[in-house]
Amino acid sequence: MSDHEYVPKSKAGKWFNDRLPLLTLGAHLTDYPTPKNLNYWWTFGGILTFCLITQIVTGIVLAMHYVAHADLAFASVEHIMRDVNYGWLIRYIHSNGASMFFLAVYIHIFRSLFYGSYKSPREVIWIIGLMIYLLMMAAAFMGYVLPWGQMSFWGATVITNLFSAIPLVGESITTWLWGAYSVDNPTLNRFFSLHYLIPFLILGLVVLHIWALHVPGNNNPVGIDIKKPSKDTVPFHPYITIKDAFALLVFMIIFAGFVFFTPNVLGHSDNYIPANPLVTPAHIVPEWYLLPFYAILRSVPDKLGGVILMFSAIFILFVLPWLDTSKVRSAVFRPIYRQFFWILVIDVLMLGYVGAMPAEGIYLILARVGTVYYFLHFIVVMPVVGYLEKTDPVPMSISEPVLTGGAEASLARKVNDKV
Amino acid sequence: MSKEEKKINRRDFLFTASYTIGAVGVGAVIWPMIDQMNPDKAQQALATTEVDISSIEPGKSITVLWRGKPVFIKKRTLEEIAEARAVKLDDLPDPQKDEDRVKDGKDEWLVMLGVCTHLGCVPLKDKGDFNGWFCPCHGSHYDVSGRIRKGPAPTNMEIPKFEFVDSNTIKIG
Repeated sequence: MSDHEYVPKSKAGKWFNDRLPLLTLGAHLTDYPTPKNLNYWWTFGGILTFCLITQIVTGIVLAMHYVAHADLAFASVEHIMRDVNYGWLIRYIHSNGASMFFLAVYIHIFRSLFYGSYKSPREVIWIIGLMIYLLMMAAAFMGYVLPWGQMSFWGATVITNLFSAIPLVGESITTWLWGAYSVDNPTLNRFFSLHYLIPFLILGLVVLHIWALHVPGNNNPVGIDIKKPSKDTVPFHPYITIKDAFALLVFMIIFAGFVFFTPNVLGHSDNYIPANPLVTPAHIVPEWYLLPFYAILRSVPDKLGGVILMFSAIFILFVLPWLDTSKVRSAVFRPIYRQFFWILVIDVLMLGYVGAMPAEGIYLILARVGTVYYFLHFIVVMPVVGYLEKTDPVPMSISEPVLTGGAEASLARKVNDKV
Repeated sequence: MSKEEKKINRRDFLFTASYTIGAVGVGAVIWPMIDQMNPDKAQQALATTEVDISSIEPGKSITVLWRGKPVFIKKRTLEEIAEARAVKLDDLPDPQKDEDRVKDGKDEWLVMLGVCTHLGCVPLKDKGDFNGWFCPCHGSHYDVSGRIRKGPAPTNMEIPKFEFVDSNTIKIG
């Protein structure tokens, strides 16, 4: 919390604040000292909050019209699209909103990877963020099942069958998840219940995520510790709020572009065929945001091995703060790591691409190469490069490169170019 | 001193007893919450299906739904049976004789769950490298006996519990 104790001006405000210090919290959030050099990659926290609220509001509205029953679900979604006033708009915002949510979260995660925001003392923020990401994947997967189309049904079948790979108890766990002997009405029913629950769990974790952020304060593009408040910081409001608002507007333009002009481009047309337990679509693909993990799953010619590797790809991120041995946070001053960072970005994009292709021939080879690099990056590159790399000189403060001349000035230019 | 120790021990006992009873109580409440997700009585009631197989020609198969899952019923030709039995067990990832996958004296009838043992898709018939089934999801090949030959699936397609009610009817489950 802020250094000074906030005292409300009005008598009523003081009376209330003495009993529940909400106004103190509000003052803290308004004055919260933020590094003055934050770039636009730092606006995605606000954008993600917007995405979560959008999904919750549109989701609550959709639930007023949707019927979670295997015989009625598909028709009820079409009913929303055709009969419900503005139903098409609300559903398209919700379905494209999921994609926009993941787009923003991936940028947010890679921002953190580039600038070392996961490093001490921000490990807990990072871990809570990953828990949010896991819950997002669960929510998105269950939400995709609800329209009860062919991709819904077979996506649910494939993903729930992942658990059957667990030795001994796998079959019992899968049956327990289904509530039947295959994906069926009980499965749909419980997925709806959990799909409604998870966003509120995410909301709770977001509060913890921000709370944990406000203890050390924001990381920043040069990645150095700063004194707060000082000449290196600005109050959150109005400086950051207005910057976040501008970025959000740009983001909403892209979002609206999808919703109004090409609302189905990120979906799969097979999901407009009602679920049929007798026919598997020729080519099952998950939603785009899960494709890299799907590629890793398919790159292993062994069921249990593939499942283990896929889950490891996510859980390895939890120990990332301890795999990175570098003392410098920001990749701006890490010439070697910076190159590996971009290789990782390309690697993940490539895995996403091959995840959408059939698992054979060149795609299978690319998937295997991509999987190997993904794990090498975290297990080998991060510890070794962090240890061996000769980093560029790091400025003493955010203001220093700007205020001093000579070599420092050239460094400042370098920082600005990179940032 | 010894008096004090005795007091602490007495309190320890109360703590331990309380925690134990508390844990039992929590467990007793949690189990119903977990078990309610298992298949209910209505699901279990769908346990058996009777199928008329009189109209199936040799070499052809039908697919029926049992417990929400497809079941393949194939009447195999003599050549197909011979092909299935000519395979060496060493060539199989999940070694099983064709004889053990059919009923004695009803060798032409292959009755199995049409569910890929990898991740649960429905394999396509008369496809793949082994003249049997092919799963399009992740590329598992099954032979004419429904045994896994190539691909990520770990085991052969499952043979459900079934019996011949008479020569034209089978009961699955």
